[in-house]
Amino acid sequence: MYDATMAETITITGHGGDRIEAYFARPLGPGPFGGVVVIHHMPGYDEGTKEITRKFAAHGYNAICPNLYTREAPGASPDDAAATARAQGGVPDERLVGDVLGAVTFLRGQPNSNGKASTIGYCSGGRQSFLAAVSLPLDAAVDCYGAFVVGTPPEGMPLKVGPIVHLAKDLSCPLLGLFGADDQHPSPDQVAELGKALAAAGKPFEFHSYEGAGHAFFAVDRPSYRPEAAKDGWGKIWDFYGRYLAA
Amino acid sequence: MCTYLTEKVEMDGSGKGASGWFALSEATVYFDHPVHATAEHTLNIDFRNPGQGPSARVAVELTAESARALAAAIEATLASAPPGLV
Repeated sequence: MYDATMAETITITGHGGDRIEAYFARPLGPGPFGGVVVIHHMPGYDEGTKEITRKFAAHGYNAICPNLYTREAPGASPDDAAATARAQGGVPDERLVGDVLGAVTFLRGQPNSNGKASTIGYCSGGRQSFLAAVSLPLDAAVDCYGAFVVGTPPEGMPLKVGPIVHLAKDLSCPLLGLFGADDQHPSPDQVAELGKALAAAGKPFEFHSYEGAGHAFFAVDRPSYRPEAAKDGWGKIWDFYGRYLAA
Repeated sequence: MCTYLTEKVEMDGSGKGASGWFALSEATVYFDHPVHATAEHTLNIDFRNPGQGPSARVAVELTAESARALAAAIEATLASAPPGLV
């Protein structure tokens, strides 16, 4: 099987018609391929997230990771950009949805696209993946330990995030949730509450919570990495995408 | 977990970043995942001058123990400075 891939930094049209930076990785075969929007975590558009983006390409998906901090810090290193975005209150929800829509439109417009698109996000990106899936017509969505889908952030928190569990009724696609049982953001109770809201709304979803794992168990370069949970989690993602996103 | 909590403090002083010295205007302080330190969570401080762009930044990521020791050392140093200087 021909398995060449290509990965590069490009510019796409995001929210409000803004031109934003994005990392695009794709198989070079004829396809048709499903598309994945990778939503980076709060530390930004970094090496780890780009590696994840390439992994999707290697598994036969067109994948794109928009740099959500392009506007605050064009051309800056990912950690400087993340520090700037944090100081300014993070990414507004409306802008996130617009940027993901731009990425989805880009993916669906690729000549080798099968017309299907998904989001996956980690940490703050997990919440944003859910937010995109209740705001846009998608074919699948993955939430990896997204905090504050359920639960009110502490008082005085400057970031512009609030609970969005009430939007579960608007979910446009099947949702895969991968969580750490030792995580407190989201806590097991909050994960259960989200599951309850999705079930009440009659939405298709599957959640997996890993014992012995906390937040960020997929992050290979952090002490939070849990190889067993991460390996099983990747397996769940390939299975889920095989059902809902592949040709 | 991501704490998201961020304290912002106005700063009057200077810092030395990747491009040399610059005037500081603020610091953000938060306890969250580090970029580089090998701990799950660290006390992070970004000394910044947003007017000079995102790269005008001096960053530290300290374990909670180190951060408390630093805070105590700062207070002790200021307390021991000769009267009239502080």
